[in-house]
Amino acid sequence: MANQKIGAVLVIGGGVAGIQASLDLADSGFKVYLDDQAPSIGGVMAQLDKTFPTNDCSMCILSPKLVTAGRHPNITVLTNVEVTRLNGEAGSFEVKLRKLSRYIIEEKCNGCGICAQKCPIEAVDTFNEGLSNRSAIYVEYPQAVPLKYKIDREKCIGCGTCFEVCKAKAVAYDQKDSEATLKVGAIILAPGFEVFDAKLKSEYGYGRYPNVVTSIEFERILSASGPYGGLVLRPSDGEIPKKIAFIQCVGSRDYQLGNNYCSAACCMYGMKEAVIAKEHTPSPLDAKIFFMDMRSYGKEFDAYYKRAQGEWGIQFVRSRVAGVTEDPKTQNLFVHYVEDETPKTEEFDMVVLSVGMQPPKNAEKLAESLGIKLNGYKFCETQAFSPMETSKPGVFVCGAFSGPKDIPESVAQASGAAAKAMGVIASKRGAEVAVKEYPPERDVSLEEPRIGVFVCHCGINIGGVVNVPEVVEYARKLPNVVFAEANVYTCSEDTQKLIKEKIVENKLNRVIVASCTPRTHEPLFKETVQEAGLNPYLFEMTNIRDQCSWVHMHDAKEATEKAKDLVRSIVAKAKLLAPLKKPLINVTPVALMIGGGVSGMTASLALADQGFEVHLVEKEPELGGQLRRIHYLLEKDSDPKEKLDALVEAVTKNDKIRVYKNAEVVDVYGFVGNFKSKIRQKDGEEKEVEHGVVIVATGAAEYKPNEYLYGKDPRVVTQHELEEKLASGAFQAKTVVMIQCVGARNDERPNCARICCGQAIKNALKIKETSPETEIYVLYKDMRAYGFKEDYYREAAVKGVIFVNYGDERKPQVKAENGKLLASFWEPVLNEQLEVEPDLIVLSAATVPNPDNKKLADMLKVPLTKDGFFLEAHMKLRPVDFATEGIFLCGMAHSPKYIDESIAQACATAARATTILSKKTLEMEGIVANVSEDLCSGCRICEYLCPYGAVEMKDKEGKTVAHVLEALCKGCGACGTACPTKAIVMGHFTTDEILAQVKAALVEVKT
Amino acid sequence: MSEKNGFEPKIIGFLCNWCSYAGADLAGVSRIQYPPNIRIIRVMCSGRIDPAFVLEAFKDGADGVLVAGCHLPSDCHYISGNFKALRRITLLKKALAEFGIEPERLRLEWISASEGDKFAAVVRDMTEQIKKLGPNPLKEMEVKSQ
Ligand code: FES
Repeated sequence: MANQKIGAVLVIGGGVAGIQASLDLADSGFKVYLDDQAPSIGGVMAQLDKTFPTNDCSMCILSPKLVTAGRHPNITVLTNVEVTRLNGEAGSFEVKLRKLSRYIIEEKCNGCGICAQKCPIEAVDTFNEGLSNRSAIYVEYPQAVPLKYKIDREKCIGCGTCFEVCKAKAVAYDQKDSEATLKVGAIILAPGFEVFDAKLKSEYGYGRYPNVVTSIEFERILSASGPYGGLVLRPSDGEIPKKIAFIQCVGSRDYQLGNNYCSAACCMYGMKEAVIAKEHTPSPLDAKIFFMDMRSYGKEFDAYYKRAQGEWGIQFVRSRVAGVTEDPKTQNLFVHYVEDETPKTEEFDMVVLSVGMQPPKNAEKLAESLGIKLNGYKFCETQAFSPMETSKPGVFVCGAFSGPKDIPESVAQASGAAAKAMGVIASKRGAEVAVKEYPPERDVSLEEPRIGVFVCHCGINIGGVVNVPEVVEYARKLPNVVFAEANVYTCSEDTQKLIKEKIVENKLNRVIVASCTPRTHEPLFKETVQEAGLNPYLFEMTNIRDQCSWVHMHDAKEATEKAKDLVRSIVAKAKLLAPLKKPLINVTPVALMIGGGVSGMTASLALADQGFEVHLVEKEPELGGQLRRIHYLLEKDSDPKEKLDALVEAVTKNDKIRVYKNAEVVDVYGFVGNFKSKIRQKDGEEKEVEHGVVIVATGAAEYKPNEYLYGKDPRVVTQHELEEKLASGAFQAKTVVMIQCVGARNDERPNCARICCGQAIKNALKIKETSPETEIYVLYKDMRAYGFKEDYYREAAVKGVIFVNYGDERKPQVKAENGKLLASFWEPVLNEQLEVEPDLIVLSAATVPNPDNKKLADMLKVPLTKDGFFLEAHMKLRPVDFATEGIFLCGMAHSPKYIDESIAQACATAARATTILSKKTLEMEGIVANVSEDLCSGCRICEYLCPYGAVEMKDKEGKTVAHVLEALCKGCGACGTACPTKAIVMGHFTTDEILAQVKAALVEVKT
Repeated sequence: MSEKNGFEPKIIGFLCNWCSYAGADLAGVSRIQYPPNIRIIRVMCSGRIDPAFVLEAFKDGADGVLVAGCHLPSDCHYISGNFKALRRITLLKKALAEFGIEPERLRLEWISASEGDKFAAVVRDMTEQIKKLGPNPLKEMEVKSQ
């Protein structure tokens, strides 16, 4: 059986989750087919302006991933594709696909865009959510991958213009849909979500009132590349709004609509949109958010909420808006709502509806063709202990299709799904991928520079403005240029062949392409010169399209002069280019796992499944961590005790995993692929282990409250202690008061502890199950029952649990008098102070960081958040990586989270670690810093400045000098710039090269 | 054309690869028109920009220099290069006066990959401003001393 497995994976859906899963698989030696129904990948994230909580530009962080996925030798991107049938079983599937016609021959289209410029037909721009128009032949957005045009046949009148102007002969009006069959070993579903149709909430007037827009439309409005160039304008009259209302939960938490679940991301994106709108509006803007519960439950989210209220001055109103009406004269809007039990109306210039997430439109069809189960809301069904597994073995899920979630959760789950898929086909690693072989490199060290310059017409994109022949003529006369010529499309297949021939014919040892942007095209040309036996760093590029023809369209002369200057400048740099070696480092295929809770054990098993050895170090005498304290789940879909036992058994029995209990990591030395660490064992003996990666899974702890008589009165307990009582049958109480946010969301710990709302609901429901008469009050600030947890919140309310909101200004009071416990609190609905006599007060105590974090962070040289949790490389797109290569984090070491979220992250670290462990050697980027030891004065400035810890000081014949660990260096150049003795040379961006470039850009050089 | 009898300034722009260079690309893709006075030099990060590069540019006759990187605080792809640039360029601006160069000739801007319009606006604005200032005074000094 095993030998029939196929080392390839089909990823369905090319949003950020699908892309992440594909990259992890492809980097671990598997073939990936990444398919999407849309004409390009990128999904919803490509449409966003900024991302919370860092306000990073969405396109800036996504587009490098798009480009990498598009160019990855192990990834085949299939667009305009739908899956029609699935046969076979885990390890060996056969998938049938239908490819819908673009009416464009993809292999020929090079995305030059002349067709769209000449197309006489206007169509609605769906990427801009209908707020602007595009042509009938189009790409979704300028950075689209693949950059292949598509004809909108519903709009196209067949005039033949595009056919005529296309120099690449790519237009094919009669192209038919086609069928294809793929053979893969596993499938990952990442089809994302559908935005809720706001017209269904007719009381908000969307579709009738032009100034009521959805949040996704508003993202496009905010975007600098959107319909209004990033200016916030009213769609009705193009005026700048002074007052905007944001209405939350549109299409979410709505029982009547059948969408009872919470969409999990809207509170944060609503807040973010309000903040960015203020930034993008020249005049002061009033922004008001109408919400039910502010669910800013993620890492550092509450800190953002605080800033939104304080620094950014966003107003928040806790109310469900009843309706919106319009003043037909001004097209202003009236928002009708109830606050403090009083009906109110307020006028706004614009209303933004925070629309929720729905399952993708084709969810049912997809489920049917793949044979997987959906849940009651038609999202993909999963379970708490198997968040990436669908009901069909070998088919995994990630992203919003398994339930509404934000980007970092989706990305983590995507890597997790990749690890699961790798587990199925680990034996076939490398089987379906071709290793590219290059000819031996020519030694050019003794040759005079012989530069070849290729100038691109780019159809007429460049040649239509810049006088390309004149630039070529000019280039020919520049020093060291021995060859120059023009190409219609320098990036086309046949030109690559031509470039290789010219390199050989003319003995070129430096190659320049003057065309478009190196950000997308440099890798292609580097590969080409490498195929011709040149070191890839002997290539350079200059951008005469985006910097000349497209931005000086009406000044052909100046555009041409500028192109000449740019060519002259890059020739001056090219003359100095030196070949660089990509450092190769060996990898020890072993992982060090710090922490043996559910995360550490899950990650260990996921790595062991793929054949890697793991050293699992647990401080406590037993494995299990916080999971030992969990007796039942909110979702009730599995028994945590059984799961724990099974996990411990699997880990202990696995011969790839070596478990150290009562043990501690006391020293870590080395870098990615080559770590050496010391583990202090129970008996005090120290053992040294070698490993290629480190995974931090040290968990977190429950806060020990000093509030509300805890520790003074035995009737005041924490949620964990209550759970213990309920499980052991020791629970007895007529009245229970639960107090939320104890030790969280305060001055000391400003962030939300995320899991306590779910714990409270879980325990309240358990009480109602065993003793239905017991009266339960839950005193909360916001009930953060996000995603499908909303169902249980509702169930608890239906079963009679009383939820009472409190604010910081009126905290609940607890006292003990004459042997009685008394709890008093303000009841905002009744508008009075209530006093009850509970038998038990349950504190939802925060989850606090593991106290050992600081020590470990110092040892690993990785950062912590202000709260004391570990801080990942990037909050949005690298949730389980540290900035330091080869070190990862998961579970509650990252921040408080539920079991399914910890498991997703744990599997994610396994996938991320596999991208390293699966390679015998790692090829690092050649652009690194080099220290000339003779010049180094040992001042340590570089060591201090390096953000990656890539500089270490070493002894060289009695002198202390800096030494760059090439494996860690990312080539940013910060050290080289600061070095007072100029002992550091930055590869490919040397000081001499840059200075030559500067000089030549400004002064004509004489031949 | 404008002031100082048709003087067209030459501006050198040092742009970080990840945000600002991408922003300039977007200006191109979006066909946003701006004056042809800038010559762009790509570096990996604004933290790579040595004050010596800027001084060299002025010495070689640049009338203005733009340094652009990813937005503060956290957009820099190398964690904190933009802060390093902020410190260096701020100090350098102060020092420029000593060389007889108006500090306004040097600009530090944060431009993201989606701000094609901002890139164009910065170039437009700088070109205008430097036209008013006239040519790089070092050039004139050189002319006189010859
Ligand atoms: S990468 Fe843009 S400033 Fe550092």
